[in-house]
Amino acid sequence: MEVKEKKVGLENEEYIINMGPQHPSTHGVLRLVVALKGEIVQRVEPHIGYIHRGIEKMCENLTYQQIIHLTDRMDYLSAHINNEAVCLAVENALEIEVPERVKYIRTIMSELTRIQSHQLFWATFGMDLGGLTCFFYGLRDREKILDIFEESCGGRMIVSYNTPGGLMNDIHPNFQNRVKEFLKYFRGVIHEYDDLLTGNVIFQERSKGMGVMTLEQAIAWGLTGPTGRASGFSCDIRKHNPYSAYDKVTFREILYTEGDVFHRYLARMEEMRESMNIIDQLIDNIPEGPYTAKMKPVIKLPEGEYFQSVETARGELGVYIVSDGNKNPFRVKFRSPNFVNLAPLNLMASGSKIADLVAIGGSLDLIIPDIDR
Amino acid sequence: MEFSIYDFSSFTAWIDQSLRASMSPGLAVAIEMLIIGVVILIFYAIVGLFLVYAERKVCALMQNRLGPNRVGPGGIFQTIADLVKLLFVELVPIKNADKILFSLAPYIVIIASFMAMGALPFAKGLHAIDLNIGVFYLMAVSSMGVVGVLLAGWASNNKYSLIGAMRSGAQIVSYELSVGMSLVTIVVLAGTMQLSEIVQAQQYGWFIFRGHIPALIAFVIFIVASTAETNRGPFDLAEAESELTAGFHTEYSGIRFAFFFLAEYINMFIVAAIATTVFFGGWMPFNVYGWEGFNKVMNLIPPFIWFLGKTGALIFLIMWFKWTFPRLRIDQLLTLEWKYFLPINIINVLIMALIVLLGWHW
Amino acid sequence: MKSVIEYFKGIYNGIKSLLVGMSVTGGYFIKPGTTLTQQYPDNRDTLVMFERFKGEVVMPHNEKNEHKCTGCGICEINCPNGTIEVISATEVTEEGKKKRIIDKHIYHLGMCTFCGLCVKTCPSQALAFSQEFEHAVFDRTKLTKVLNQPGSKLMKGVE
Repeated sequence: MEVKEKKVGLENEEYIINMGPQHPSTHGVLRLVVALKGEIVQRVEPHIGYIHRGIEKMCENLTYQQIIHLTDRMDYLSAHINNEAVCLAVENALEIEVPERVKYIRTIMSELTRIQSHQLFWATFGMDLGGLTCFFYGLRDREKILDIFEESCGGRMIVSYNTPGGLMNDIHPNFQNRVKEFLKYFRGVIHEYDDLLTGNVIFQERSKGMGVMTLEQAIAWGLTGPTGRASGFSCDIRKHNPYSAYDKVTFREILYTEGDVFHRYLARMEEMRESMNIIDQLIDNIPEGPYTAKMKPVIKLPEGEYFQSVETARGELGVYIVSDGNKNPFRVKFRSPNFVNLAPLNLMASGSKIADLVAIGGSLDLIIPDIDR
Repeated sequence: MEFSIYDFSSFTAWIDQSLRASMSPGLAVAIEMLIIGVVILIFYAIVGLFLVYAERKVCALMQNRLGPNRVGPGGIFQTIADLVKLLFVELVPIKNADKILFSLAPYIVIIASFMAMGALPFAKGLHAIDLNIGVFYLMAVSSMGVVGVLLAGWASNNKYSLIGAMRSGAQIVSYELSVGMSLVTIVVLAGTMQLSEIVQAQQYGWFIFRGHIPALIAFVIFIVASTAETNRGPFDLAEAESELTAGFHTEYSGIRFAFFFLAEYINMFIVAAIATTVFFGGWMPFNVYGWEGFNKVMNLIPPFIWFLGKTGALIFLIMWFKWTFPRLRIDQLLTLEWKYFLPINIINVLIMALIVLLGWHW
Repeated sequence: MKSVIEYFKGIYNGIKSLLVGMSVTGGYFIKPGTTLTQQYPDNRDTLVMFERFKGEVVMPHNEKNEHKCTGCGICEINCPNGTIEVISATEVTEEGKKKRIIDKHIYHLGMCTFCGLCVKTCPSQALAFSQEFEHAVFDRTKLTKVLNQPGSKLMKGVE
């Protein structure tokens, strides 16, 4: 066979580097094949699947209670919210009304989860941009929330606190005090976040106008969460389709129109403040009552298709369950926000520099196990 | 021979004379060079190890941590333990690497910093050589390290390393200009390039005070530009951990990596030492003209303590930068130099020249 | 002229923002009381875990070496990972009835995901979580544990 040698001019040759699967800034086992021209990124090609565990398929062999613990392991920073999504889907299918107490506790826990997720985002985003001290301050404050989780749920990150119909166990008697203590503490130190990063001239120069997604693009690519809201896409499920106790609280949906790295960052910073306001409104009013509704030991959903979406720290998580009436679901599909948010990376990053690619990747706040599932 | 910790010139002269008395001049010079080499080498190792430890402690305290605290009291032997570990680590051979250049690169980096060390006046009479173009020599030598960085990046046969090395090249070529210009500002004020004379001229008032605002601006530019020149954060683009894993020394292991690592800290020391000498009076105690009692107390502190103290304070400042700021991007780095530092610097030199001409300084 | 003012304003604001950041890190540097490091292996004696912390599944025994496990196997059914194996035996009671008891309650710590379903669903509260968290061993087989102690019996009154 004749081998045809394709002659390529040196000036057109691309410099391909593999970022990942092991790389400090991909936050997991994401592999980005980056074509460079000098420092300029020509195109980015995300290769996913390095941590695929087949969670959706595994769910088909598990009962509805057992599915919960797998959802912890998708977006491990929004573990509690993921649990809640499955529980809400099952409860809606069974048409069970969960006690008010459960709704309040779930909402508080979800907001705490959101705060700790955004704290870790701040920490790692600072580190992506080279400000190593941010990492420690972020983790320092996150530790306080993890302690709250540990005291009530028994787990720090992987909480498995929700169960269809309610909660695994009641909140710890110390819970309310601890949460209030945390809110007081965190309101006192959150200005450091702004002092160290938000206001910093280097940070602003590096993040403003980078990786812009317009509103049309954001909607077309289905960006949700702070990533979508930074582009002006009003997509907060908590606001538009309230679940749990979100209809009882007033809060602001953080919307920006710029859609760049800086405003994605800013949206998360503001969301932390809003989450604290939500917790403020709920923490003193947790109604008395049982912590779980009466449930049969074996849950069988009536035949049909059920969908529930919730707002995780990263965007809209959709849970789609098809039941054939058995104790196991026939098919489960998770619409994970990270997978969708990763998709337009090439669009955002091509034409920018390597350092911007890292900043853009960081601003999407990707959790790789949620992409691969 | 009288020995005093306040003035080493008679001590060094005595060594010189006794050596020359007992052997031929050629041999005496050779032995003197050997002694100086060994002394600087030991000093080099001690400073390097101490600075690594100091940096780890400083950043730990800034980050609400304790830092090294296991080996020795307060962890002071941690860096020595690390060094011993690095000595035993395998030197991983790199496939398709340019073997000669690959192993040569760390030595170039080390030698560049070693040569700069020789010209620094640590105390009165305590310097290896007092060149009459000392400032010029320091600038020339301290910018040689980039050759090592470029070689390391090129020879490693690693794409990340190459990008890091190229960044480093662009960075040092531009920032060398700022370092030079800010030193020229002081040279204009001092009227000499000889380091010992520059120090001597600062007896009653360090240049940073005598030179008014231009000297202050020159100092700020110098400290920022030299942070960039030593490849330290927030200008550590050549390493850029989150982007290029470890930049130009990605492929280095063991003692070769240790050389790069040590050289980074020694360069930081040299930069701080130059700033001390030029802006803060070198080993000169803090004296105020007319305050006899105060000056006497200040003069009691030995000069090398003054020197090391001032240098240490500046090193702390550089560390403080690193552990606070996010990293710049390469184009911002160049913008900062060419759009801000260079024009400000040129005007600064002119103003300084005007001040000197009109005799407005004191 | 305006652009010149902008230029210097940019420099001023930039330097100011940098100094604000430095005041944060510098502030922590001079306050050594703010270090949060827990010197873990040293503070083992004083380290208290939260009572609900899910360390590992244990079967509490009382001082007479009795447990509450009836060997019903609900934990085994509920476990999503096959972590628990209940090997039951039959025992003839004094009245001559055959009764199911546990022979071995096997717990594979290496497979456990600490979801807590076994502890929650156990009808006789025979299982609990301990606060032990130092699980590292050199041999994987050591992670397979038998929860009921040798010679233990079912507590009286537990059906």
